[in-house]
Amino acid sequence: MSGFFKSSIGRKVAMALSAFFLMFFLIIHLAVNITSLFSEDLFNELSHFMGTNPLVQFALQPVLILGVVFHFVMGFVLELKNKKAQGVSYAKNNGAANSSWMSRNMIYSGLVILAFIVLHFIDFWFPEINTKYIQGDMSGMHDGSYRYFHELQHKFLSPARVAAYVVAFILLALHLLHGFTSAFQSVGVTAGRKKAMQTFGKIYAFAIPLGFIIIALYHHLNHQS
Amino acid sequence: MNLTLKIWRQKDASSKGQMVDYKVTDISEHMSFLEMMDVLNEQLINSGEEPVAFDHDCREGICGMCSMYINGEAHGPDRGVTTCQLHMRMFKDGDTITIEPFRAAAFPVIKDLVVDRTSFERIQQAGGYISVNTSGNTQDANALPISKHAADEAMDAATCIGCGACVATCKNSSAMLFVGAKVSQYALLPQGQVEAVDRVKNMVAQMDLEGFGNCTNTGACEIECPKGISLDNIARMNRELMKASVKG
Repeated sequence: MSGFFKSSIGRKVAMALSAFFLMFFLIIHLAVNITSLFSEDLFNELSHFMGTNPLVQFALQPVLILGVVFHFVMGFVLELKNKKAQGVSYAKNNGAANSSWMSRNMIYSGLVILAFIVLHFIDFWFPEINTKYIQGDMSGMHDGSYRYFHELQHKFLSPARVAAYVVAFILLALHLLHGFTSAFQSVGVTAGRKKAMQTFGKIYAFAIPLGFIIIALYHHLNHQS
Repeated sequence: MNLTLKIWRQKDASSKGQMVDYKVTDISEHMSFLEMMDVLNEQLINSGEEPVAFDHDCREGICGMCSMYINGEAHGPDRGVTTCQLHMRMFKDGDTITIEPFRAAAFPVIKDLVVDRTSFERIQQAGGYISVNTSGNTQDANALPISKHAADEAMDAATCIGCGACVATCKNSSAMLFVGAKVSQYALLPQGQVEAVDRVKNMVAQMDLEGFGNCTNTGACEIECPKGISLDNIARMNRELMKASVKG
């Protein structure tokens, strides 16, 4: 089986499997964050649970980080190998005649998403790690109440940050628009090319980023100063 | 019609090539693209210049030899055709047409528009066959019951003529549509089962060895394929390789 993952097809399958995992994570992440639109308490409770549960923190979180790193590293490795396979470039190439922009530019939408993840880590993950594991404050409290909701609102005060998030989510939508059905195709499931599955993929690719955009805009427009 | 042609000229495999402009006049819209190239070459020969080298054989869309990248597309702007089946009525009087060889590191240019596609032959030799005893006691193929559905799909895969348009079109220069078709035509039939594990493993290994890129499912290959080979064949090859890897 180790030989399989060294082959070109094996790498494709590995890319697809990490993509499935990340697409599932996006659903969970959105499900938690969307509660912030209607219930401050529920969002705080869920955030505290996710932030302090040992299984989430020490099992799921490392696997997730590994999944993200793997997806990016493998994406770059494949892109470099593909560039090498191309040889001389065409003087005239009409890519739009036979394929979508999204499918031809996954590396660029991926790079924007990578930049976003760096910003997102600086915004939320590093401060969390600092508070919990360096300063040792696992209470999740600040001034007598949970800090998560206020921290979220505080982050989205800046219009520049909201704009950066919106742009990143639009690129995420484009990435998913090709990536969703592509992942199924890579693992050999032709159902990904059936009309119903393509429609479901399009709904997923638009709904997930749109949900995150709504959350960022909502908190920008409704922050309690 | 009168046309301006921008054609890749390259003396031999080791020379550096370049695009050269030519004018052709009085081209009939009923001509095939290769007939238009014949007119140009006649013109070049008459003026003492070296004619443009290009591959062609059957000129009826079967041999898979003609291999031009015309105005940014393999076999030109029409669908379901090879270059010999492309008609000049697809172009307008006064058009400028860019003509390049199929590009891929695994398809090196031999001369002008002629590329070396023997990498495809080596992939075929690695497993694109069934071993049958032909020493006088060959079994009648019809003695094996095969469902209409499987027979149709296998036949569809077998229509691949190995022209390399998929590789030329793919932004990654991937040969997976070609190999997918060749694996599929046997994978769907009982005759192909005996060597199924070795076939897919060896053909994929040879494909990787030849330096073809990795498929990213853009679907460009199936659009440009003159025989309409479906992307489903790549998915089937992926399944076949997964199965073969588990079986060992």
